[in-house]
Amino acid sequence: MTLIAHDISVSFGTRRVLKNAGFDAAQPGQLTALIGPNAAGKSTLFRTIAGLVKSDTGTIVLDDTDLSALTTQQRLRRICFMPQFFTANAALSVFDVVLMAQKQLAGWRVTDADMTAVATALDSANIGHLADAYIGELSGGQAQIVSVCQALIRKSDVYLFDEPTSALDLRHQLDVMSRIKTAMKQRNAIGIVALHDLNLAARYADHLLLIGSGRVLAQGSPKSVLSDPLIAQTYQVAIQTGTGPREELNVHAYAD
Amino acid sequence: MSVTSTPHNDAVQSIVSNYRSRNQRRLLLLVGAVAALSITVMIDVMTGPASLTLQDVLSVIFNPSRASAQQKVIVWDLRLPIALMAICVGAMLGVAGAEMQTILNNPLADPFTLGLSSAASFGAALAIVLQWSLIPGAGVFFVTGNAFVMAMLTSLALYGFTRLRGVTPEAMILVGIAMLFTFNALLALLQYGASELQLAQIIFWQLGSLARASWDKVLICVIILAIVVPYFMSRSWSLTALRMGEEKAASLGVNVSFLRLSVLAGVSLLAAVAVSFVGAVAFVGLVGPHIARIIVGEDQRGFLPCSALAGALIMSGTSIASKAITPGVIYPIGMITSLIGIPFFVSLILSQRKRHWQ
Ligand SMILES: Nc1ncnc2c1ncn2[C@@H]1O[C@H](COP(=O)(O)OP(=O)(O)O)[C@@H](O)[C@H]1O
Ligand SMILES: [Mg+2]
Repeated sequence: MTLIAHDISVSFGTRRVLKNAGFDAAQPGQLTALIGPNAAGKSTLFRTIAGLVKSDTGTIVLDDTDLSALTTQQRLRRICFMPQFFTANAALSVFDVVLMAQKQLAGWRVTDADMTAVATALDSANIGHLADAYIGELSGGQAQIVSVCQALIRKSDVYLFDEPTSALDLRHQLDVMSRIKTAMKQRNAIGIVALHDLNLAARYADHLLLIGSGRVLAQGSPKSVLSDPLIAQTYQVAIQTGTGPREELNVHAYAD
Repeated sequence: MSVTSTPHNDAVQSIVSNYRSRNQRRLLLLVGAVAALSITVMIDVMTGPASLTLQDVLSVIFNPSRASAQQKVIVWDLRLPIALMAICVGAMLGVAGAEMQTILNNPLADPFTLGLSSAASFGAALAIVLQWSLIPGAGVFFVTGNAFVMAMLTSLALYGFTRLRGVTPEAMILVGIAMLFTFNALLALLQYGASELQLAQIIFWQLGSLARASWDKVLICVIILAIVVPYFMSRSWSLTALRMGEEKAASLGVNVSFLRLSVLAGVSLLAAVAVSFVGAVAFVGLVGPHIARIIVGEDQRGFLPCSALAGALIMSGTSIASKAITPGVIYPIGMITSLIGIPFFVSLILSQRKRHWQ
């Protein structure tokens, strides 16, 4: 099972936001980091894959299925998309927020299995103590962890996480990324994560996908993409890579 | 050997049992509200000129052979329709307010504050004064039909307005108030050329009154509730998801624009029927859901029934109050709900930033 996008163009009004963007087959069990500066089109690419935005041209193929042949509902069963922004001011308990994803928004009957699944998910995300709290009362970071938990409880073939670590402290960034990576491995699912932190991307991703002004500029192993001169050009910074004390790939950026 | 429980298993079990007991508490609360409602209905039937004892009422209802003919007339023909109409209309307005607040993402929304009620009044007045029917062939329902068409058109205008970028909840309310003034002015225009009889009818709409309740109307309200509420319930997960933002709901598979439009149609129907039977009763759709939100939160499985029950309790209480304030005088209910609702409304606006919105 693979996910391939080919020649995707998306416009809002007369403005083209994605310009013939495409990527090579994303493999099951692997994590791809989607990187690129602000307004590069990362979120738009995710929305397009999820079917929430219509593309003018191009095809997205999942495992021999052209996704445009599916209804939005069918498509969203196979592709789990966690949006970058959500309203976290509601008087909804954390348990209910995760439960609604477990129930796929259908059916009133909440079985024992449903409840156990939700409780297990909350416990393994270390937010069991927040189960009864309203999401409106959580900190931004806690709400983001709930959102990741809500996405991970769904059983899909493809998972798209739009900046899942933007509000998190160091410890929780590492937690969330390793949870996502493990889940992709265990489920043999295709994972794509939009990230701003290149070090995090280098550490956890099997592949990097660099996008700038709506075009896919580079893709491949973290090492190859991060040492590509295009990345410095895209971000408009000087970039130097090195190896950290634990043999991990390090990225340093300089503004001059 | 018994199953050894790991710390994780214990944690999971305690989360599940907490959730269970929360649900049980919620259910208990709803049962309690239903019980309270049956008590207020009883009190409502007992009070009024020629007050009856609880025993009188119970014997009329459950043991008719022992009750006097006069008591039967008072209970069956006069008071029971009014008491039941009060709870039906209260539930309709409570549900309408709750879902308007949900789909417009605005805690200040209610059929009255957004001008739906005055639009419906105007539609009804068109039928009464000019005999215009906006739905051809609506027959005996043409007053209600007109009220519905006007309410729906206003809903659509409001819906269009929410599509504009950067519209705050407060700005929406200002637009709603502009609608309210517009329709009141148009209504005044119609009053100018109305006959005395028509005028009395229009004033009835403006002030809000339960006096014209009848069994037929109660039945229609029950039918409308029986159509709209199950639809809303069937959409409850989607509506709950919508509270987390449009994109989140869409990513979970909600067809947001269809949901909004269909719920808006349901809300317009509820508001229009309520208004065409009892007039423009203010703020019940605001206060009911607000109480529900404080007590059970915004998960629709609790929020929807609780808003309906809170609305029904408010209206039933208002019906009692309208007779009890001055013996022998029955005040228009719209006046009373306004007096209760306005402080609520103002405090809601002032506490916006601290609440679960924005
Ligand atoms: N719904 C929309 N309507 C109009 N323009 C949009 C919309 N969504 C995104 N854009 C524009 O598309 C560009 C890419 O946005 P986005 O995909 O959110 O970037 P990123 O997620 O990489 O920061 C931005 O310039 C943004 O203003
Ligand atoms: Mg983005």
